[in-house]
Amino acid sequence: MNIVAKTRRDMLFSMLRIRRVQERIEADYMQDRMKTPVHLCVGQEAIAAGVCATLRRDDSIQSNHRSHGHYLAKGGNLPALIAELHCRSTGCSKGYGGSMHVVDVSVGHLGTSSIVGGGIPIGTGIGLAFQMQKSDKVSVIFFGDGAADEGVLYESLNYAMLKKLPVVFVLEDNHWAVCSPRSTRQVADNVFLKGAAKDLLFAAKIDGNDAALVYQTAKKAVDRARKGQGPSFIVCDTYRILGHAGCKAQDPAGYRDTCEIDAWACKCPVDTFRAACLADGTVDQALLDEWERDIASEIEAAFRFALESPLPGPQDLHKHLFSE
Amino acid sequence: MPWSRIATDQNEPEFFRENELPGRRITYAEAIREGLRQALALDERVFVMGQGVDDPSGMFGATRNLHQEFGRDRVFDTPLAETALTGIAVGAAMAGQRPVYFHNRPDFLYLAMDQIVNHAAKWSYMFGGAVNVPLVLWACIGRGWGSAAQHSQANQGMFMHAPGLKLVMPSTCYDAKGLMLAAIKDPNPVLIIEHRFNFKQKGLVPEEMYTVPLGKGVVRRPGKDVTVVGVSHLAMDAFHAAQELAAESGIDAEVIDPRTLRPLDEELILESVRKTGRLVVADTGWKTGGVTAEIAAMVAEKAFKYLRAPIKRVAAPDLPTPSGHTLESAYYIGQPDIKKAMIEVMAE
Repeated sequence: MNIVAKTRRDMLFSMLRIRRVQERIEADYMQDRMKTPVHLCVGQEAIAAGVCATLRRDDSIQSNHRSHGHYLAKGGNLPALIAELHCRSTGCSKGYGGSMHVVDVSVGHLGTSSIVGGGIPIGTGIGLAFQMQKSDKVSVIFFGDGAADEGVLYESLNYAMLKKLPVVFVLEDNHWAVCSPRSTRQVADNVFLKGAAKDLLFAAKIDGNDAALVYQTAKKAVDRARKGQGPSFIVCDTYRILGHAGCKAQDPAGYRDTCEIDAWACKCPVDTFRAACLADGTVDQALLDEWERDIASEIEAAFRFALESPLPGPQDLHKHLFSE
Repeated sequence: MPWSRIATDQNEPEFFRENELPGRRITYAEAIREGLRQALALDERVFVMGQGVDDPSGMFGATRNLHQEFGRDRVFDTPLAETALTGIAVGAAMAGQRPVYFHNRPDFLYLAMDQIVNHAAKWSYMFGGAVNVPLVLWACIGRGWGSAAQHSQANQGMFMHAPGLKLVMPSTCYDAKGLMLAAIKDPNPVLIIEHRFNFKQKGLVPEEMYTVPLGKGVVRRPGKDVTVVGVSHLAMDAFHAAQELAAESGIDAEVIDPRTLRPLDEELILESVRKTGRLVVADTGWKTGGVTAEIAAMVAEKAFKYLRAPIKRVAAPDLPTPSGHTLESAYYIGQPDIKKAMIEVMAE
């Protein structure tokens, strides 16, 4: 499957933008202006960008505590994200959510859970609603290998297959759950890669750092869902370059081999895809330079907006528990 | 007779009625079913799900044969996977549907605690009101016939503790229908905890649609000497106990049925206590950290100077429910315990 040049450009721009936003958060984090536990997705950008490039604005995503990449790739508002990290009233969740609970309803992002696996049945239920509404909208769920430890994944996949729901389950296997390697938690490949009949579930395991491959596989899954043919399960192999939470300086030493990090850093999804796009003429250096300038000024403006925004106060504490 | 085929053998007592529309006498199950049926007919976003909602017993009759009228896309059986199915209901609610998810027993809600407490109850607040969850959960407390420790828990106290969840415990046929319709209409997660004993009742229920407001209690018997707050079927037990006591000794008790525990109609209880100066609180759940503890603490905080005697609590002992009928009858509380508590509180 060829990917049209515009889509390739959009994906590369999206990945670059996610990376630069993460880097800026990382660089600023020790100044303690962002008083919220951030979980950065450096090294995993191809999955968010590749999958979301196959989606329409009115499709829905469920994300998780490592939320920034999905939010931005789906079109979530950047200043509102940065303001949320700074606990401001102008944040996407008005300062009630923080980094782990971001939302942008205008682009089909209905909020993220930070309970590992929590978004999986919710995204499945969003798919059920789409089916009941006889729409061709698709619900995508991003979750990690930690969430694949949870029983709720199997309950949700079963139900999605049973009802042929328009749901795409995207497992981002970044090899680590906090400081626990996958090998101490799971015996082998996920059982659903082998276990389900093809007509019930389209299942694939792919290199999650290959943006084009992510797009192509997600496109198959999303098309299938849109046609009412049922769910898919895509396992994307990737790696968490930074620590579980916070910035580089906060990643404790000793739980993983730094050679492992270095090896994966060589397989950087942004570098790889940028080189491919330069090589085939999708972009040229001049365009990349322009993007870098645009992204830098957009980020600068977003941080300025955040810092100039008001903080919620005690008068806001009791708001929003219930909807009127 | 096993509780699974419990007889509807009693008419509701002639308690004080306030602002009720005229109705005809139907069973408790029929009242719930009628509300559901009207909601399904009125609003195509409403659907009914749960393990066994389309089986012949139809959730004690509350959902019986609704699938025949509305089809299995609107009224459907579910896997027993309570965590996922609750999350699925939560997701469907966020995306514009109005799910009503039935469970036979509130014991099974523990399996879905993560989705109920971590997700449904927090979603509006966590996102500054950006997304709401119009979800109704329903479960019915079992009692008797050796149901034992895992099929008879009155665990409303657990759910009363969680902010963001509305908690409803009806006791009359009228309220069972009106509160169900109010719960479906509400844009927030609402948990309705029923009690199997309520299903014995027949009561006056209007045929038309109506709602009973969430957060509004009701006086079942006006009185001046002692206030009795009775939750769920204990509102009826309290009413009977009060009637007995009035006949026997002239003590005039005011019986309050809170109907919803969250939000709690604090003012109704406080107003009564300010008048009577005495309070008995009766709940089917455990005593420690439970509903009676909360209501007693609220009154002690807000109306202490009006109290003329220590508050008395009537609640289940802090034990799992035993199975054998001799132990079971020692375990459960009801009308005699409420009467005894009223006498004691009057003697202070």
